[in-house]
This record gives sequence, C-alpha cells and structure tokens, in this order.
Amino acid sequence: MTDPATHAPDLVPPPTLEVRGGLKNFGAVHALRGVDLVARPGEVTALVGDNGAGKSTLIKCIAGIYAFDAGEVLFEGQPAHIADPSKANELGIEVVYQDLALCDNLDIVHNMFLGRELKKGIRLDESTMERQAAEVLASLSVRTVRSIRQHVASLSGGQRQTVAIARAVLWNSKLVILDEPTAALGVAQTEQVLQLVRRLADAGLAVVLVSHNMNDVFEVADSISVLYLGQTAAQLRAADTTRAQIIELITSGSQESGGPVTVPPAPGTAAAKLDTKNGSTQA
Amino acid sequence: MSTSTVSSSAPSSPLTAAVEQPTFGEAVSNYVTKVRGGDMGSLPALLALVVLIFAFIALRPQTFPSALNFANLFQQGAVISTISMGIVFVLLIGEIDLSAGFTSGLAGSTMAILLLNHGWAWYLAVLAGVVAGAIVGLWNGFLVAKVGIPSFIATLAAFLALQGAVLLIISNGGNVPVHDKVILAIENKNLPVIWGWALGVLAVLAYAAGSLNTWASRRRNGLLAVPLGLVVVKIVVLAAFVLGAVALLSQERSRTTFVSIKGVPIVVPIIVVLALLLGFVLTRTAFGRHIYAVGGNAEATRRAGIPVARVRIACFIICSTMAAIAGIFAASRATSVDPNAGGSNTLLYAVGAAVIGGTSLFGGKGRVIDALIGGAVIAVIDNGMGLLGYSAGVKYIVTGAVLAAAAAVDALSRRRARATGRV
Repeated sequence: MTDPATHAPDLVPPPTLEVRGGLKNFGAVHALRGVDLVARPGEVTALVGDNGAGKSTLIKCIAGIYAFDAGEVLFEGQPAHIADPSKANELGIEVVYQDLALCDNLDIVHNMFLGRELKKGIRLDESTMERQAAEVLASLSVRTVRSIRQHVASLSGGQRQTVAIARAVLWNSKLVILDEPTAALGVAQTEQVLQLVRRLADAGLAVVLVSHNMNDVFEVADSISVLYLGQTAAQLRAADTTRAQIIELITSGSQESGGPVTVPPAPGTAAAKLDTKNGSTQA
Repeated sequence: MSTSTVSSSAPSSPLTAAVEQPTFGEAVSNYVTKVRGGDMGSLPALLALVVLIFAFIALRPQTFPSALNFANLFQQGAVISTISMGIVFVLLIGEIDLSAGFTSGLAGSTMAILLLNHGWAWYLAVLAGVVAGAIVGLWNGFLVAKVGIPSFIATLAAFLALQGAVLLIISNGGNVPVHDKVILAIENKNLPVIWGWALGVLAVLAYAAGSLNTWASRRRNGLLAVPLGLVVVKIVVLAAFVLGAVALLSQERSRTTFVSIKGVPIVVPIIVVLALLLGFVLTRTAFGRHIYAVGGNAEATRRAGIPVARVRIACFIICSTMAAIAGIFAASRATSVDPNAGGSNTLLYAVGAAVIGGTSLFGGKGRVIDALIGGAVIAVIDNGMGLLGYSAGVKYIVTGAVLAAAAAVDALSRRRARATGRV
C-alpha cells in the first residue's frame, strides 16, 4: 500500500515500528482512541501532545507494560504481539523512562548491565562489562563522564540521562523510546542529550522521542506525531511543518489555519487516517 | 583489547584513556575525597576499635592484652558477628530481621534436643538446626516480599512466635546440655599451633595472589586499576594483622601447668570461611549485584527484569541461615541451650554490629566485613568493660550509646553524601 518511490529519500526498509488504530481503555476511560505511529530506522520520531493526550499510555503499550485492547502493531513489517516487557526487549525495544530507573548506589557499568550481567562461570565478568560499557559510551561520543566506575549518584542529570540511553543502546536495540529525556535538564545538558538522540538515529536506530518541548522536537525530529485526546491528529515530516502548525494540532487536534496540506512520512498510512479523522475540520 | 588499541580508537575519551593510571598519591587523595564526601565505610568503626583497644590496654595492662583474653574476644564475638553477617543482607535490601536472635535459639535448641533425646549424629543435628533457620527465613521473606508486610512487623511476629517455639522445644524452664565433642570443640577448642600458622600463611598468600591477579588483569585489559603500591600496602597490612593474631593466639594461655591451651580457636577459621563465601556472593556474582540494586532502587531493578521478590526472599533466607549457624556456636560456647537462647541483647548487638561496621540502615550500602568489624567493636566494649568491673547495666548503656553514634554517623554521612552527590 505504500509507494516508497515518491516520498522516501532513498531505499526504504519497512518501518521499525508501526501502530495502526491502537485502542486502550481503562474501565470507562478511553486513554487511546485510535492511535497511529510510524517509527522508521535512522529517524527520530517525536511524539507530542498535551498532558493527558495519551503519550505515556502509548509508549507503555509499545513497551509491553500495558496491552492494546485493539489495533495492529507491526514490528519491522511483521505483526507483533507485545505481551510483556521481556517480549519488547526480545524484539529490540528499549524504553528510557522519565524517572530514569538507575540505581544510585551502583556505578555506571553496573547500571548499564543491570539484569543482564556478563558472567564467567558464576563470577561476574567485570573486565568485559567495563570494556563494553566504555566502548558504547565512546561510540556515542560521550566524553563528559570522568570514570565509568563512579557511582551514578555522583553524576549530573544530563550524565544520568546519557547512561540510561547508553544502557538502552548496549543491547542491539532497534527501537529506543525516550520519555521526556530533557525535561529536568539545563541548557547545555539538554543540548548534549539531543545530540546523543541524533547520533542514535544516525547509527540506524529508530528513535521515538516523547517531548513537550518544541525546541527539542524541531531540533532533532525527522517526523512528528501529534496526539490529541487519545487520537493521532497527524504525523508530519518535521521539515515541512512549522512550529505553529504543531502547536495548533496539539491544542485543537486540527489545523484551522489552512496552510499546505500536510505531508505524511509515507502515504497511505498516516495521511489516509488523517483525512478520515480530520476531514470535517479540515474543510 | 590492548591498551594501545583503546587509546588509538578514542584518544581523547577519558572513558577509554586507560593509559592514565592513577598514581599512589592520587588514589589516596581520591579516598580522602570519598570519605569527606560522606562515604566513610568502616572507617569510623576501625578508628573506634583502635581507640577502644588502646584505652583498655592503658586501663588494664595486665589482663586486656593477654593472650587468654585475646582468644576470649574471638569466642565472645563469634555469635554476634555471625548473626550480623546475615543481618547485613537484609539491611542491604532496606529491610530488618528482628527474629534473627530467636532464630539462632531455635536452631540451637533443635540441634541440642536432637543430639540429647534422639541420639542424632552431630552433623545431622546441625543440618536440622540450619534447615530450621532457613525455613524461618523463607517464611519471613514470603511475608515481606509476597504478602507485603513491613519487615519490622513480619519479623516481630516471628520474634514472638520463635520465642514460644524455643520454650516448647526446651519444654519450659529446662536447660538442654550439649555433650557432643564436635559441637563443643567449635567454641572451646583450638587448632594445633602449626595448623594455625599454615592457615594464616595460606590465607595471606591467597589474598596476595588474588589481588595481584586482579590488578594485573585490569592492567592487561586496559582498565583503570588501583596503583600497585596500594595493592601491596593492603597485602602487607592484612599479613601483619593475620600473622600477628596467629602469633598471639599461638602463645600458651593456660593459667596452670597441667593443661596447655594454645592455638587459633576453631571457630575463627569457620567464620573466615563464611565471611569469604558471603563476600564472594555479594561482590562477585550477579545475585549479589541484584541485592545492592534492590536496596538502591527497587523499581529500577524490577524494570531491569530482575525478580525483586525472589532476591528479597533469598536475603531473608541467608540472614536466618546465618543466625542458625550462630545458634550452634552459641550452644557450643554455653555447652547448653536454655529457653532464652538468642534472646536478650543478641539480636540488638547483631544489628548494632552491622550498623557500627558501616552498613546503612537505609539499604544499598554495606559489606560482610562490616559485620566483623562492628562485631569486634561490640566484643571489645563488652570484654573490656567487664575487665574494668562495670556491671551489665553500664555495658548496655555504653553499647547503646555506641550504636546510636554509629546510626547517627550513617544518617549524617547519608545526608552529606546526598549533598555532594554520592549515596
């Protein structure tokens, strides 16, 4: 149904993750009422929306913490049922949560390998873990950490975020979901983390970046998916969109101001849905 | 990967700049920074130990530093230290086990009854006592990790129930004597002098080989290693301590000429082996790492896919099992088991030993050696004040004050650690 020749810049592999018509209810609350999301390898896909729009629920469904009540999930083009977090890890989905999930009393190496320690017999293989951790951090061009044997407690917010992201990268992951990675950071640290996010995508990973911050989104995102009241309002190419359009979509779920018709990342998926959903208001 | 490959692939990264090994002076100043930052570990306890030892030597130069009293210290400290090593595991996950004292009583009385009334072989009776302890741990762990009862309450319930169980086993007011030669030997007999020296030298050589090997392999792998000088200093200090202790314990300490008492008490190598085993589990295995992780951030540990409840239950089982082993030591030392075995101050001394040694009450920070250092502090106070002729009342007050001081050090260093970004 897609036509790669017209829109994709070069050869297009199937999206790493595609969610179609995702639905999730909590009792009488309809948290997700038809969500579409496409995350492509080598791209940063920003997921934006106001508080309560369903961003957290959506990523928890993708991470296997909740299950969609209805809808379709394709992972690398194949239908996937993500029943629990371990299944998500198996597929190569790693989530970096907002509250970080690092142990302050362990050092960087221990945190990066937590739950997946390398062993020699029954002993921990500290040398190999330390070397691999150093290699991953070096490959992400992280040069701000003094020693990878220091406790995470002694790191700054940006460094902690870096460790959490590096941990997600360590496991040959294909899709990394970052939940507001810059929310608590200062200007310089935000810049560092955003550069890191960009490098992840440049390394060929699919990155989903949940963010409130339009500056961040427009700085790194290739594609922007807007959630409005549990529905996907639109998924647009960042290059063809203005900040005002996105903010309008976030606040009203549609674009009143006219403007050029949005260009979806791939025709036939988000665009088709966008038309059906917003047809009345678009006119 | 060799050092050169690392440095050539990422020359400017401090992470992989393994060529920049810290010098001796830098390592020392790093340690000073760490201590000033609030991460004091066992330092206060070691200082207290040294001060106490010198104070008691000054006050009682005839009796306190004698070979007889030195051996006594080990035998007195054995029970508390052994329970305390187990307590470290529950403290590490941020919990407490108030029932450990009577768990030791349960194990001791179970063993004693099986030996006396049922004629079991000593090893089967010991096994039964240890298994009884492990079951208590499983129960406590289940209540805390699965049912969700705060450990303070769950183990308080076990404390009461086990006190009753010990009474029932010993059948009210009785006193079960222990006659088994092997059990009695644990706390009352010594290794032949030559064995003591052999084990001491062997221990030092093994430590030296192990730490030099670790150092060499880290250097080989291009990882940051502590300076060789520091490794050697540690080996020398350990050798001096171990061989000095063996020398002192190898002296004749009998007061009469009819019997000869000399050599390392048998309980000492047993405790050393237990400590090495638990230390290995805690620092060298994935399970040990998970214990620290649960104590540091249980939610993060869960998200990392680690079965947190199972880790918690395992810690309670380890704690109770160690308490059971200590119960056997106590029965050996007292040559009998009475209904108050493991009661009165046993538990509080054991928790106190772990905390005095530097294990945090807040979880996530502590080592097995803390229990031994803290146990030594308590044994020295108990012993030294006894020699000074103070009553039990005064000893309790002083020990309580030391525990309060240790807990204060823990809480304050934690606050300082937060302020300086170390936990």
